[in-house]
Amino acid sequence: MSKAQVMSSLPGTFYRKPSPESPPFKQDGDPVSAADVIGLVELMKNFEEITADVDGKAITFLVEDGEAIMAGQAIAEIES
Amino acid sequence: MTIEVLKPGLATTVQDLGRPGHYHLGIPIGGAMDRLALRSANLLVGNDEGLAGLEVAFLGPQLMFQADAVVAVTGADMPILLDGEEQAPWTGFSVRNGQVLSFGYLKTGARIYIAISGGVDVPPVLDSRSTYLIGAMGGYEGRTLKAGDRIALGAAPASRAGRCVPESLRRMPKQPAALRVLPGLYWHRITADAGQHFFEDEWQVAPEADRIGYRFRGGRAIEFVDREPPFGAGANPSNVVDSAYPYGSIQIPGGLEPIVLHRDAVSAGGYFQIGTVISADMDLIGQMQPHLPTRFVKVDMDAALAARAERKAILAQIRSTLD
Repeated sequence: MSKAQVMSSLPGTFYRKPSPESPPFKQDGDPVSAADVIGLVELMKNFEEITADVDGKAITFLVEDGEAIMAGQAIAEIES
Repeated sequence: MTIEVLKPGLATTVQDLGRPGHYHLGIPIGGAMDRLALRSANLLVGNDEGLAGLEVAFLGPQLMFQADAVVAVTGADMPILLDGEEQAPWTGFSVRNGQVLSFGYLKTGARIYIAISGGVDVPPVLDSRSTYLIGAMGGYEGRTLKAGDRIALGAAPASRAGRCVPESLRRMPKQPAALRVLPGLYWHRITADAGQHFFEDEWQVAPEADRIGYRFRGGRAIEFVDREPPFGAGANPSNVVDSAYPYGSIQIPGGLEPIVLHRDAVSAGGYFQIGTVISADMDLIGQMQPHLPTRFVKVDMDAALAARAERKAILAQIRSTLD
């Protein structure tokens, strides 16, 4: 069992939901595939999608909804 | 003599020192947000200070060189990679035809400036190659770069790699950042208490901040002095009869979130301005990341002019170091 980290390439505000009323893209423990969007980063009036980039059995988020993040920060781990 | 854009980054634009003289018609000066960084990068590669380079916000591009060149990257701290090998920042280095320039994750600051010997050659618009995004003019087709773009270069000057701007002459915001502010014409509109806590409170850069304006939140709301709204101002106490907006002016719509207008500023509008960030600190704003804690520091005109002189002295030192 190995774990891959999903990094954000941008600094900004991290969101786990596509809009405030929507459910999160993924819950802790959900399986993911590489193309899945797992969150958004808000920066300069844009919302950039973050994709999982790997297939995995279970995702664990390391950052809360609405939290400030740095470029290069790990925002989730994916168990393969 | 071109560079091919393999990956554009988030918001990479062609910028020089802007197009002064058209603000009264609504066209802002534009140009590099961190001018000292662009000037330095140009000097490092043997260019005139005002040639066009690339302004890269937050996420680095991937560029394939189709010519030999001397390149320098200044501004924010973002690892610089030439065919994967790390290069020193604020230092000229040689790039050969076929090599790829790319970048690691941004560490501190917000924008890097890439100067290339000969400069970026796009058609000047109103005497400038700067990209004015919301006006869709200047730069590379008036827009941010995209994968597949080919950027032409000007005729390269005689140039050599290896020159460096010493660390003592590089300027980046501290943590918390301090922006010096000259109180403005509308100071009488706010209460004495608000005039104090604006400068006491710690603010944070909001993620919406861009080339037009930098927004801040986290400080206490500004309270206004009661008035009869003048004709044309509207009922909101933060409104005034429309007026001109200086670069660096700080408007606070509804008294809530200060917005500092930057290089791509709107030229006029109906919000009161609490004051203006002094010209010497405008470059620093271009290097502020979202969420960076920030204090506004009240200064008078003498202090603002002294800071401007100090900045000019730094530039003079950089010029003589690289001469």
